[in-house]
Amino acid sequence: MFRTILCPAFAALAAAALACVAASAIAASDKADPKTNAGINPVADATAFRKFFTDKFPKVKLEEFVNGPYSMDEDLHKQWEEKEQFAPYEFALETGKDMFSTPFRNGKTYADCFPNGGIGIRQNYPYFDEKEGKVVTLELALNRCREANSEAPYSYVKDEMASLTAYMAFTSRSKPMDIRIPNDPRALEAYENGKRYFYTRRGQLNFSCATCHVQSPGEHIRAEILAPALGILNAMPIYRSEWSGMGTTSRRFITCNSQTRAVPLEPQSDEYRDVEYFLSYVANGLPISGPGARP
Amino acid sequence: MASTIRVRATATGDTTEVQALIQHPMDTGLVKDAQGQIIPAHFIQQLTFEHNGKTVFLANWGTAVSKDPYVKFSFKGANKGDDLRISWVDNKGATDNTTAKIQ
Repeated sequence: MFRTILCPAFAALAAAALACVAASAIAASDKADPKTNAGINPVADATAFRKFFTDKFPKVKLEEFVNGPYSMDEDLHKQWEEKEQFAPYEFALETGKDMFSTPFRNGKTYADCFPNGGIGIRQNYPYFDEKEGKVVTLELALNRCREANSEAPYSYVKDEMASLTAYMAFTSRSKPMDIRIPNDPRALEAYENGKRYFYTRRGQLNFSCATCHVQSPGEHIRAEILAPALGILNAMPIYRSEWSGMGTTSRRFITCNSQTRAVPLEPQSDEYRDVEYFLSYVANGLPISGPGARP
Repeated sequence: MASTIRVRATATGDTTEVQALIQHPMDTGLVKDAQGQIIPAHFIQQLTFEHNGKTVFLANWGTAVSKDPYVKFSFKGANKGDDLRISWVDNKGATDNTTAKIQ
């Protein structure tokens, strides 16, 4: 029954999307030259990205976008404010705090792996590692920290990782996202690759990330309200009522892919790392609000 | 391990508003795990809030209540500083309780 109702809706959405995305694809290929990186301009991108959302939603304050669907719907916002008084991620937060301060078998702790002891640094992730030539996310850095201390890495999509990142995000709350792109052609390339991934259509439904989160934020997708892409990662990790549990950024990307009936990538694959880099960069200056709660 | 119960009770005038969050899987017994095995039913059967030894809220729960349930209610007749005792019993006989001060 759901399907018969929804199909025309999806078809209409897809048709409307086509013109817009085709246009941006042409523009991108005009500008970007993979050899020289000429035409890649993250600063201009971020300004344009922000302007798109503030023009589309003139009533929403810039720092409110990080609250995802709650910034789009007044009633939902009220429900959320009530929920925040007794937030569903509290258990994960407490577990994360315990895990973070519990030493590894060799006596070292997570604090030894991170600048400032891991406190209040969420806004600097993901960063571009010039030695490795790749983007390093917080989840990846946490598992590398475990491996460097001879501990088995955690699953990127399960509760342990979500609890740890929840605690680290909580200590960084309201700090402005601060992602740098160093003067390294590989960093620009990673950024551009993430941007390309974000705007590329895939899956049986032929959706790109932008189809939902740029073109249609505030619209309903079944019973849910779509979140705007601007600042969407600032609230990570999230407690989702639909999941009855916490989810990491990796889990969110994978689920997004499978919901558009695309084949998800491996967690922390280059594309996911790059798209996290792109999305975080364009959200520079917006406050960290994680851990978040979502319907 | 830390308590499975989080509680906040606030008195305004003669009304006390109570909010509680309880950590519990609340398995229905109808769901299978990744190996295809049924996850046995495991849920809170009774939840009790007591003020000065008197039950002010009693819930008989079943499998229809969500994981990590949240409860909110208010009652009359308590003062700031009074104790509120919260306890639950699940279908496997496990139990937990905590006592909170009304603020």
